[in-house]
Amino acid sequence: MTDRNSIIGKVDWPLLLMYFGLVLIGWLSIYSAGLGDGNHPIYDVSQFSGKQMIWIGSSLLIGFIILLFDAKFFDAFAIWIFAIVVFLLVVVLVYGKATKGATSWISLGGGFKLQPSEFAKMGTALALASYLGRYDVDLKNRKSRLIAYAIILVPAALVLLQNDTGSALVFASFIFVLYREGMPGAGVLMLIALGAVAVFVLTLLWGSKVMAIVLGCMFALTLTYYLLTKKKGLWTMVTVFVCFIAFVFVVDYAFQKVLEPHQRIRIEVLLGLKEDMQGAGYNLHQSKIAIGSGGVFGKGFLQGTQTKYDFVPEQHTDFIFCTIGEEGGFVGSLVVLLLYVGMLIRIIRMAERQRSDFSRIYGYSIAGIIFVHVAINIGMTIGLVPVIGIPLPFLSYGGSSMLAFSIMLAIFVKQDANRLNVL
Amino acid sequence: MQGITDMKITNRNQASRQYVIIGIIVAVGVLYLIKLFSLQVLDKTYKETADSNVLRFVTQYPARGKIYDRNGELLVYNEAVYDLMVIPSQVKDIDTAEFCRLLGITESVFADRINKARSYSSFKASAFVPQISKEDYAHIGEILYRYPGFFFQTRTLRHYPNSIAAHTLGDIGEADKEQIDADPYYQRGDYVGKSGVEKFYEKELRGKKGLKVVMVDVHNREKGSYRDGMLDSLPSPGKDLYLGLDAELQAYGEQLMNGKTGSIVAIDPKTGEILAFVSSPTYDPNLLVGRVRGANFRALLNDPKKPLINRAVSGTYPPGSTFKMVNGLIALQSGSIVPATQFHCNGPGSTPIRCTHFHGSSPNLANAIENSCNPYFYEAFKTTINNPKFGDIKKGYEYWKNMTWAMGLGHKFDTDIPYEKSGNIPTRAYYDKMYDGSWNSVTIRSLGIGQGEILVTPLQLANIAATIANEGFYYPPHLIRAFGDSTAIPEKMTTKIYTGVEPRHYKVIKAGMQSVFEGGHGTARGSKIPGITAGGKTGTAQNPHGDNHSIFIAFAPVEDPKIALSIIIENGGYGSTWAAPIASLMMEKYIRGYSERPNVEKRMMEGFINYSKVK
Repeated sequence: MTDRNSIIGKVDWPLLLMYFGLVLIGWLSIYSAGLGDGNHPIYDVSQFSGKQMIWIGSSLLIGFIILLFDAKFFDAFAIWIFAIVVFLLVVVLVYGKATKGATSWISLGGGFKLQPSEFAKMGTALALASYLGRYDVDLKNRKSRLIAYAIILVPAALVLLQNDTGSALVFASFIFVLYREGMPGAGVLMLIALGAVAVFVLTLLWGSKVMAIVLGCMFALTLTYYLLTKKKGLWTMVTVFVCFIAFVFVVDYAFQKVLEPHQRIRIEVLLGLKEDMQGAGYNLHQSKIAIGSGGVFGKGFLQGTQTKYDFVPEQHTDFIFCTIGEEGGFVGSLVVLLLYVGMLIRIIRMAERQRSDFSRIYGYSIAGIIFVHVAINIGMTIGLVPVIGIPLPFLSYGGSSMLAFSIMLAIFVKQDANRLNVL
Repeated sequence: MQGITDMKITNRNQASRQYVIIGIIVAVGVLYLIKLFSLQVLDKTYKETADSNVLRFVTQYPARGKIYDRNGELLVYNEAVYDLMVIPSQVKDIDTAEFCRLLGITESVFADRINKARSYSSFKASAFVPQISKEDYAHIGEILYRYPGFFFQTRTLRHYPNSIAAHTLGDIGEADKEQIDADPYYQRGDYVGKSGVEKFYEKELRGKKGLKVVMVDVHNREKGSYRDGMLDSLPSPGKDLYLGLDAELQAYGEQLMNGKTGSIVAIDPKTGEILAFVSSPTYDPNLLVGRVRGANFRALLNDPKKPLINRAVSGTYPPGSTFKMVNGLIALQSGSIVPATQFHCNGPGSTPIRCTHFHGSSPNLANAIENSCNPYFYEAFKTTINNPKFGDIKKGYEYWKNMTWAMGLGHKFDTDIPYEKSGNIPTRAYYDKMYDGSWNSVTIRSLGIGQGEILVTPLQLANIAATIANEGFYYPPHLIRAFGDSTAIPEKMTTKIYTGVEPRHYKVIKAGMQSVFEGGHGTARGSKIPGITAGGKTGTAQNPHGDNHSIFIAFAPVEDPKIALSIIIENGGYGSTWAAPIASLMMEKYIRGYSERPNVEKRMMEGFINYSKVK
C-alpha cells in the first residue's frame, strides 16, 4: 500500500470530490450565462468561461503545490501571511482603482486585477488559528480575547474602508470559531446579533412605536416571570431589553443616516416596503423569475432564457446561482445546496478529528467563511437576504475568488492529511 | 505539560458545540430549500404553462417629443411604423422559402440577416426587417405565428409637414456602435438624433423607454402579460420643443434663397432666439426618414453643392464692409475718434486702401457708414491700434481683438446649434509669427474693412446686427424657446452679454445704418421698405476663390428692433444686388406679414446665380 504514504492517499477525497463537483458546475454555468452575446466554445479565453478555465487550472496547480508543502509551514508563517494581506489591504486603499463604488482592486498589469479582500479572509483565518492554537492563549482571559478581536477586526475594518460592505460582513463568520473555542458569551453574542437583526427588520416593517410596545409587553412578561421564579441574571435580562428598546428608536435614524442610499433601497425592496422596478427591485425580480422559471427539473443545460439576456445582473459573478436554478431547476438547486451543506459538515467533522488546535481552528474558520458566503449569496438570489455583492465560493466567475477559496481549502486538506503526524 | 492537558480537556468539553454550528448550517440549508421549493415547484406564476414557455421582453418605445415653431405650428411629428424583430435562438423549423416570399426578400438575404442578428446576439432581439408599413404589418401579422422567433415591435418615424428648416431640425438615424457602447440606454436599432435640434436635444426628446414582459408559447403566440404586468413599465414620452423659429418666415427665406447659395440668419434681438435659419441649397427633411434615408443621405452627401452643410454656422466668410460698424464702435469706445471725426477720402485714388464709392471727400462716421467709405475705416482702425494710451501698436491690437471677441466674434456661442464654427480673429501671436515680429497698421490694413484673415459665420454676423439693435448687448443666439413641460431653458441662453461699448456710441452707428436705407447716397437705398424704418449695412466680400460674396446685415424697426439679420449670397457680387433686397423682404415679412413690393419679391425669388459660370 504505497498510496498510504503518498499525499494522494492521505487527502480527504470526499471533500475534494465535492470541491471538484462545485467547480465544474460553476464553470458550466458561467459558460451558459455568457452565451447571450453570441456562440463561442467553452474554452474561448476571450470569454468568461475560457478565463474561468484558466483560473480553475491555476487553482488546481497551486492547490497541488500546497499539498507538497511542509504542513507546519502554515502555522509557522501564519503571522507573516496575515501581515502581507493586511499590507495589501492598505495598498488597495491608497492606490486601488475604484470599481463599482468599492475600491477593492490592485491592477497587476496585463489586464489582471487582484482583489486582496478575497485573500484577507484566508490570512485572518490562519492568524486566528495560529494565535488561538498557542498553549498559553485562553479565550477566558481578557487579553487573549482582545488580541483575537484585533486579528479579526483590523482586516475587517480595512475592507469596510474600501466600501466593500459585503466582504466586511463575512468577517462576522469568525464568531463561530470563537463560540467553538469556548469564548464566554459567544453564544449569547450570536443570539443578541440575531435579536438585533429581528428588531431591525420588524421596526422597519411595523414602525418604531408598535415595535416599542411589542418589546415593552415582552419585557413586562419576562420580568414577571423572573420575579415570580426568582431566577438569576435579572439585571442582564433588564439591560438587554433596555438596549433593544433603545435600539428600536435609533433604527430609523441609523437606517436613514448610516446606510448608503443603495443599501437602504435594497433592504426596503427585500422587505417589500418599496417597489423599485428599475433598480434593486428589478434585479431581485429578474433573479427570482430566472430561478422560479426553472421548475422541478430545469430547462436543461444551455437552454435557459432569462439568464442569457442581461436581465439578470452580474449573471456570471454574483448571480450565477440564477443560471443553476433556471437550467437545473429545483433538482439542480438541491444538488448545489447539498454539496455546500455536505462540504461544510465534512469540514467541521474533519476539524474535530484534528490533533492540533491550529488545524481545528483553521477548519472552523474556513467553514464559517464559506457558510456566510453561501448563505448571503444564495439568500440574495432567492430574496431572503438583501442584495450584497459577494461571490458564491467555487462557482462565481472571478480569479481572485476562485484562487483564494481553493488555496484556503487546499491548506486545510494538507493539515488534515498530516494530522496523524501531529503528536 | 499541565497547561496543554487542560486545553485538551477544555476543547473536548466544547466539542459538543460543533452540533450547534452544524445545526445552524443545516437549518439555513433547509430554510433555503423550502424557499426554493416554493419558488420553483409550488409557485406556478413563474412558469405558467409549459417549461418551453418563453418570456419576451418587448421594449415600449416612448413617443419622441414633437417640435413646434414659436407660434405653435407643428414642425415635426411622429408616424407609426413596425419593425419585424428576430431572436435567432428561437427560430426553429420555419418554412424559409415561404417566409421570404411573404417578406419579398431572397433566401440569401434571409441567411445574411439571420447571421448578422446572430453575430449581435442569439438571445436578444434585433431588427430583421425595419420599418414595415401599416398595410404589410396587418398582412404579415396574421400569419406570423407560423414563424417562431419573429415578432413585431412598434416604432415611430419623424415626419415634417411643411418640409422646411432641414438643417435646424436635423434628423434621426439608427444609433451606431459607439453610441450604443457609450450609453446603455440605446440598443441596436434604436433611433437617435444625428444633427440639428434632434441631436442637441436628444435627451429631452427621446423620453424614457418602457418594458413589457409578455409570455410567448412554443407556437410564437403571445399568451398575455406576464404576472399581470407587474414587471411592466410604461414608457414616458419625450418633451416637446418649442423653437424660436417662425415657420412662415423660414419658408419665405427658403423661397427667397432659391437658386442661390448662402444663408439667412434672423434673430429676435430681445431674446437671442433665432427666427429664421436658412442654409441654401437645402433639402426636404422628409428625405432622411425611414428606409429611404440611407440612399438619400448618400446622394445628398455626394452632391457637389453640399446641401447637407449648414452654411449659417459651418460656413465662414470675410465680413467685408459689414465689419465697419465693429471698427467704428471700437474706435469710439477707445476714444480714438468722436462721431464728428472726419478722415479724408480720395475716392479710387486713396492709399493704402482705395474707395469703391464716390462721395463727399471728407465724411464723418455716419456718412462713412452710409457711403461705405473704405479709407475712413482704415484710418479709424489705424488710429485705434496706434492710440498712444495703449503704449504700442501690439497692445493696441490686443485691445482691438479683445473687443471683437466681446462682440461675439472669433469664438463659438456654444448654445444648441451643432457643427458651429469659431470663425477667425487673428491673434497678436499669429502676426508676430507671420511677419517675424515686425508689423504695423499698414501690414494689417485689410482688417479695417473686414478683409484679410478675418472670418465670421453668418450667425456671428447676425448677432452683430442684434448687438447694434440692442445698443450694446446680446443673448447668445439659440434655437430653443421653451420646453413642452415648461422646464427652464439653459441659463446660458438667457444670460445677457454686454459688449463693453457704451450705448451712446451705438446710437451714432445706428443712425449711420439707417441712412444706408434712407440717405441720398445710402448703399441700400434701393431696398428701402416703405413704412418701416430699418438700419443696415452692405458688404461685398472679396473672395479669393471666385466672385465676391454679397452680404448684408440689418435690423428693424429702428425705434424698437424686433428682428436683426445677416444675409450672405455666395458669389452674389455687390451687397446691394442680392443681400440687401432679400434682407429688406425678410424684415418686411416678419413685421408686416407680407411684402408691399411684389416685384422685388418676384425678382428675388426667381433670380438665380449661375454657379457654373462663377469664376
